[in-house]
Amino acid sequence: MTSVAAEPEVQIATRPRRSAQLSLLIFAMVITIAGFAQVGLARDGSLPAGMYGYGIGLGILAAGAYFVVVRFAPYADPLLLPLSVFLNGIGLAMIYRLDLKTSLDQKKAIAEGKKISYIGPSTTNQLMWTALGIIFFAVTLLVLKEIKVLQRYMYTIGAVGLFFLALPGFLPSSISGALGAKIWIRIGGFSIQPSEFSKLALVAFFAGYLVNKRQTLSIVGKKIGPVNLPRGRDLGPILVIFVICLGVLALENDFGTAILFFGLFVSMLYVATERFIWVVIGALLLACACLVAPMIPHVAQRIDAWMDPRAYFDGGCQIAGKIVNQTHYDVCVAKGGHYITDSSQLMFGLFSMGQGGVLGTGLGQGEPWRTPLSYSDFIFTSFGEELGLTGVMVILIVYALIVQRGMKAALATKDNFAKLFAGGVSFVFALQVFVIVGGVTKLIPLTGLTTPFLAQGGSSLLANWILIAILIRISDGARRPAPQPIQDEGMTQVVSTQ
Amino acid sequence: MNQITLTLMKVAFLAVLWLFVIAAAGVIRADLWGSKAAAKAARPRKAAQPARPPRSAAPPRARRAEPTKLVITEGARAGTTMDLAGTEITMGRANDVTLPLGDDYSSGRHARLFSQNGQWFVEDLGSTNGTFLGRAKVSRPEPVPVGVPIRIGKTVIELRK
Repeated sequence: MTSVAAEPEVQIATRPRRSAQLSLLIFAMVITIAGFAQVGLARDGSLPAGMYGYGIGLGILAAGAYFVVVRFAPYADPLLLPLSVFLNGIGLAMIYRLDLKTSLDQKKAIAEGKKISYIGPSTTNQLMWTALGIIFFAVTLLVLKEIKVLQRYMYTIGAVGLFFLALPGFLPSSISGALGAKIWIRIGGFSIQPSEFSKLALVAFFAGYLVNKRQTLSIVGKKIGPVNLPRGRDLGPILVIFVICLGVLALENDFGTAILFFGLFVSMLYVATERFIWVVIGALLLACACLVAPMIPHVAQRIDAWMDPRAYFDGGCQIAGKIVNQTHYDVCVAKGGHYITDSSQLMFGLFSMGQGGVLGTGLGQGEPWRTPLSYSDFIFTSFGEELGLTGVMVILIVYALIVQRGMKAALATKDNFAKLFAGGVSFVFALQVFVIVGGVTKLIPLTGLTTPFLAQGGSSLLANWILIAILIRISDGARRPAPQPIQDEGMTQVVSTQ
Repeated sequence: MNQITLTLMKVAFLAVLWLFVIAAAGVIRADLWGSKAAAKAARPRKAAQPARPPRSAAPPRARRAEPTKLVITEGARAGTTMDLAGTEITMGRANDVTLPLGDDYSSGRHARLFSQNGQWFVEDLGSTNGTFLGRAKVSRPEPVPVGVPIRIGKTVIELRK
């Protein structure tokens, strides 16, 4: 049974598409530089000095990435690199726009006594991380000639991923904690968020394990009604890893990543076994989780703030069953009340997008800096304010295209491990965008996840560039034309048994 | 900067963003249904095929040389290549062999390739449907020259320089 391999033949262009890739890449760079120019003209009244430096910096990096792809993965999908550079570029332009060191309008706003919530965006840092990310991208493409190599080390990769995922939970809070979650490792001036990398490692592990076990998982087992339950020894290892992951993430108060891992687990089982029942089981488990989760105080607060953010604007304080608004934590506790999370960030984000409307205020003409973390977790609402619905839709479509290209590579490749791997990372990428964008737009309770490529943050950029490198490697393998036989024997053959 | 210029700039920027998306969609469209350029690029390749005999006219020289890689030219895993490192390669339908073939007509552990003094040999491992080197059934370890197809089920494997 080769169920995964026996999909209808996918027609793909088996030739390098260098010109398409190059022109889209140049297009993406033009957009980035136009974004910088617009920020400068609107915000400061002149072309910004940073435009040339950052523009040229990103341009050189993009050109380097292009040559690596052309040289080492010539048949790769022509869209993945330009789309990633586009997102990284406009993210950089937005961070430049919010960067206080260069922003005249924010300095003026401070002088006028307006509230600026958080000072932290740094274009230089982000460009440095982009450079590092693209170097990682190139190294991944150079080192990983065959994606299958990862399959050999799947247990090692899984163990390392799990170790780094769990590490921040066991480190003292001074090293690992910030903003209520313990998910960082800070050494010197650097902080990394290991869960971003663990995500990739666990996809590799699940893919490797499921390739070997998918047939036993989907065929062997007890049948209970419509459910074909696999044997414990087949499902056991992934179930154990999965429960450890969720436990660790609960320990670290990182529920966004927990949702990602859950989705990853369900989707990969579904892809590997082709049993729709896994999606149903996943949905049921999610429903149970939704009933249980409000018992955890941290989650309950998020859900309260999501249901009715206005009540908790600037922090809510529950004194004898009544919610008193606008109370600070100390005041609230002193009055003997129960402090409930501050929903002002969510509200600011919503106001910000409302201000933007359909066409937005234009880059550099809004006031997105009022939202706390407007350059990282809430960068999506910053785009909502300055580019409006029209611009935000472009960003979402670009995300969707990256996911589509990843899924396409998964469909087209013949290697089952690469298939599962590409499907898994594409799904996780999509889910991550959904969780964070859904969170800031008040579709689902807010959980802190990075917006891939846009948000300021080193680990996220590095991990996403590695992810794109892996997808490019898989799509290169999938689109490479089959070697022609040297000797043409024709359709029939004479067989002599000696 | 007056307001009208800024507004025009804003709208132009949004238009350029959408142009980017449309351009990306155009590339995908060409991928799905093929473009004229793709069709043109594909035709000369087919036309060039009859011109290949000069290449296969040189097998005597090729046969003496040591192969460096293995390619699957037909079958479920067509297009797979593998570097020959000198270690033994087992092939078959099972997932834990060196080269899984994904071929329903092959046995779990179908055949193996191994190297002795720089010469590669193929040996059938008691498969149900047999292994063929060129047109002959493999009943004992046979030396494999470069470019001669090894057939396992529906899969065809060649050693290349």
